[in-house]
Amino acid sequence: MSVLLQIDNAARQFGSFAALKGVSLAIEPGELVALLGPSGSGKTTLLRLIAGLDFLDGGRIAFDGVDGNALSLRDRRIGMVFQSYALFRHLTVRDNVAFGLRARPRQERPPSAEIDRRVRDLLALVQLDGLEGRFPSELSGGQRQRVALARALAIEPRVLLLDEPFGALDAKVRKDLRAWLRDLHSRTGHTTVFVTHDQDEALELADRVAILHQGRLEQVGTPDAIYDHPATPFVCSFLGETNRLPVEVQGGQAWLDDQPVYAASTTNVIGPADLYVRPQHLKLDRPDVSPLAGVVEFVRRHGAIRRAEVAIRGLSKRLDVDIGGEIAPSHGERVGLRIQKAHLFAAA
Amino acid sequence: MSIASPANHGSAWRERSIVPGFGISFGIIVTALSLIVLIPLAALVLKAASAGPADIWALASSPRVLGALRLSFGAALLAAFVNLVFGVLIAWVLVRYEFPGKRFIDAAVDLPFALPTAVAGIALAAIYAPNGWIGSLLAPLGIKIGYTPAGVLMALIFIGLPFVVRTVQPVLAEMEAELEEAAALLGASRWRTVWSVIVPPVLPAAMTGFVLAFARAVGEYGSVIFIAGNVPMVSEIAPLLIVIRLEQFDYAGAAVIGVLMLVLSFIIILALNLFQGALRRRLGHV
Amino acid sequence: MSDASLAADALPVGRPTGHRTVARGESAVVRVVLIGVGLGFLALFLALPLAIVFLEAFARGWGAYRAGIADPDSLSAIQLTLLVAAITIPINVVVGIAGAWAVAKHEFRGKSVLVSLIDLPFSVSPVIAGLVYVLLFGAQGYLGPFLKSQGLQIIFALPGIVLATLFVTFPFIARELIPHMQALGNADEEAALTLGASPWRTFLMVTLPNIKWSLLYGVLLCNARAMGEFGAVAVVSGKIRGLTTTMPLHVEILYNEYMSVAAFAVASLLALLALVTLAAKTFLEWRYADEIVATRRH
Repeated sequence: MSVLLQIDNAARQFGSFAALKGVSLAIEPGELVALLGPSGSGKTTLLRLIAGLDFLDGGRIAFDGVDGNALSLRDRRIGMVFQSYALFRHLTVRDNVAFGLRARPRQERPPSAEIDRRVRDLLALVQLDGLEGRFPSELSGGQRQRVALARALAIEPRVLLLDEPFGALDAKVRKDLRAWLRDLHSRTGHTTVFVTHDQDEALELADRVAILHQGRLEQVGTPDAIYDHPATPFVCSFLGETNRLPVEVQGGQAWLDDQPVYAASTTNVIGPADLYVRPQHLKLDRPDVSPLAGVVEFVRRHGAIRRAEVAIRGLSKRLDVDIGGEIAPSHGERVGLRIQKAHLFAAA
Repeated sequence: MSIASPANHGSAWRERSIVPGFGISFGIIVTALSLIVLIPLAALVLKAASAGPADIWALASSPRVLGALRLSFGAALLAAFVNLVFGVLIAWVLVRYEFPGKRFIDAAVDLPFALPTAVAGIALAAIYAPNGWIGSLLAPLGIKIGYTPAGVLMALIFIGLPFVVRTVQPVLAEMEAELEEAAALLGASRWRTVWSVIVPPVLPAAMTGFVLAFARAVGEYGSVIFIAGNVPMVSEIAPLLIVIRLEQFDYAGAAVIGVLMLVLSFIIILALNLFQGALRRRLGHV
Repeated sequence: MSDASLAADALPVGRPTGHRTVARGESAVVRVVLIGVGLGFLALFLALPLAIVFLEAFARGWGAYRAGIADPDSLSAIQLTLLVAAITIPINVVVGIAGAWAVAKHEFRGKSVLVSLIDLPFSVSPVIAGLVYVLLFGAQGYLGPFLKSQGLQIIFALPGIVLATLFVTFPFIARELIPHMQALGNADEEAALTLGASPWRTFLMVTLPNIKWSLLYGVLLCNARAMGEFGAVAVVSGKIRGLTTTMPLHVEILYNEYMSVAAFAVASLLALLALVTLAAKTFLEWRYADEIVATRRH
């Protein structure tokens, strides 16, 4: 498959702070890619570099094989939705959306009837028909966001970039917009890159997720691939809740306190290691048959499930254990734990 | 990984930006600043230096110049202090209390910014001259304001009035009600609350206003000369001395007095700013 | 998706500050005393001088007032004042926008020095602002002989008055625009540029509409100072009646000639200008509070 956007070794330095330390990523036409990471991981910096709003200190970004440096902002054809939306407050919704079309040089500018028609179509697409005459200050946050999206789509962008598209919205609106955006992408097929710090958002929306941490690309892959096969401890712990067990790997077994707690036959890690186990992958068992046993200290409701906190001798942190259909253990009860699935990384 | 930086920091002193127009806007402002402000001020320094050390010292230590500088700086400091006290009070009243005509009065505080100084000058003279509206009432009591240093003070209070009000007002308005409520719930008396919760953030802002009022008052000319009487050594301000020297075509002498004024006021403003910085740190501001 | 769910995220409503609550009140006596002292001070220093201007101007009736203003020298002073403002304000607008653009939209070393230098005229005596031009362009100034040989007159003429006025009004517009443009950030310009707008179009269609009210605010203050400036203009004008006297200078001349009614009549026009300025300024602050992030220290 062809590559639309090729990022090679992108680096960016702000004074003494290295925001990006050589990130490479190839994005194919029609993909929906999430740049996921905590704040300060370099994800917004990377987005601004793709947009051409900032300049590389090293590396290269190419569009359809053409170096970005050779393209003016207009020729890049980037549709950018800013985190603050950056709507022009003195222009109506209609004029905001038409801005990019009217800004074209005269010979490339569509006739005004054509501009009107495209604006109407776009507003229908983002379900804002009837609000053409409003000013941004007269819209809700979610509506503003969709105006920003329509404005970015108006220039028929090569790539659509979204900076924390749901960041400024409240929880209910976020959920609605998320589903709607997914649907919109599958209908229009725009190559899209969006930045988020919310794992759920990235996993739910994206075709592929690129995880950034301290200016480096930690892992890139489909949501299933990165969730089920995290490449680094950071990815593993960032993508969901985990319990970390310091273990010793010997002879295909991970040992905790001379007890074999997990069969580590498929890994090449040897010696001191960290075992990452998600709460849903810990199952209650009889204490006498289980190598991993402890005392239930708390049982709490955690959304749809209940969660037990189990204290294990020799571990400073209690283990979180999700309890599904089985009968919840009572406080103070001694339980055994079976690890169904875990990720093993050599100790740092 | 090593990071080469070929293109980015094209010039070391400026960050590259996608926003255009730096060259032309920077060019315009620097050119205008140089032509209108910096080169003329350099000419002032050059002219003053041309007088030679002996002449400069003779002039600087002459009683008339010393008297004028003392009056200009002394009255400016005193006026700024009066404005500090009343400015904080007025800001407090405008932010905290409701009374009829409050918005109108709030707007009126800026009158000294908008009223030409000459207009203020002749109005103050008409009020405080011995035969003026208030002057004639005070004259039988043996009190003279017009044509004395007190008249200078009145004019300088007028022109510096808005500064402290306008720097303190936003600080008082943005103060969280919770702070005072917390202090009150912790059992502090009202005065203690005012002293320990309100004064610390207000003081640095009031100092800023004080410095601005002082800086404005030191160089003030228009509103003062009508009411000062301009008696040498008594009620003659430093800017007037400059005008007198110029009228005698003593350019160097005028320049020397001008530079003296600038140097003195920068030293005082610097000292006040350092004091204010220390105050801020002491009171826990960043 | 329902619009009901989108309407929920309206603007947050902050808790009003500055209002009296149970824990924030002083006793009624303290309140009345503080209000009384504050208003008394303002009455003495603001209301009284302003009232006196009009009382003195009309001391001998409407006829004398009109005569004072209709005097040919007064009329030419009014003309000169308007002319000086008409020249200085456009220059200040261009320079002020350029300065604010460079400072607020870009990062460069020495920026704080540049900002201090733009503010410098605020802390220079107006008399010195006039003096510097006399030293440069006066008969015995550095460029005096050259100007004389070319037949050019700057001091005691319109160019000198314009220069001195430019000096004292230099910071006004940049001072209003810089904090506002910094608060706005670059996002709107970046959005316009990614949408393909040219730099000039970006400025005209995006930046200028964003800053128009703070620009107008700056122009208003700049105009008040330009028309009312006394010290700087007094030094460079030479006070040639009917030729180089602006309104404030004309007030001085009339006053010194004991033509009190005429002096106050012209002064009352300037006072009216001040009142109109205040009213317009208050209107802008009230109507466009969010769009004027002014420092208000002039």
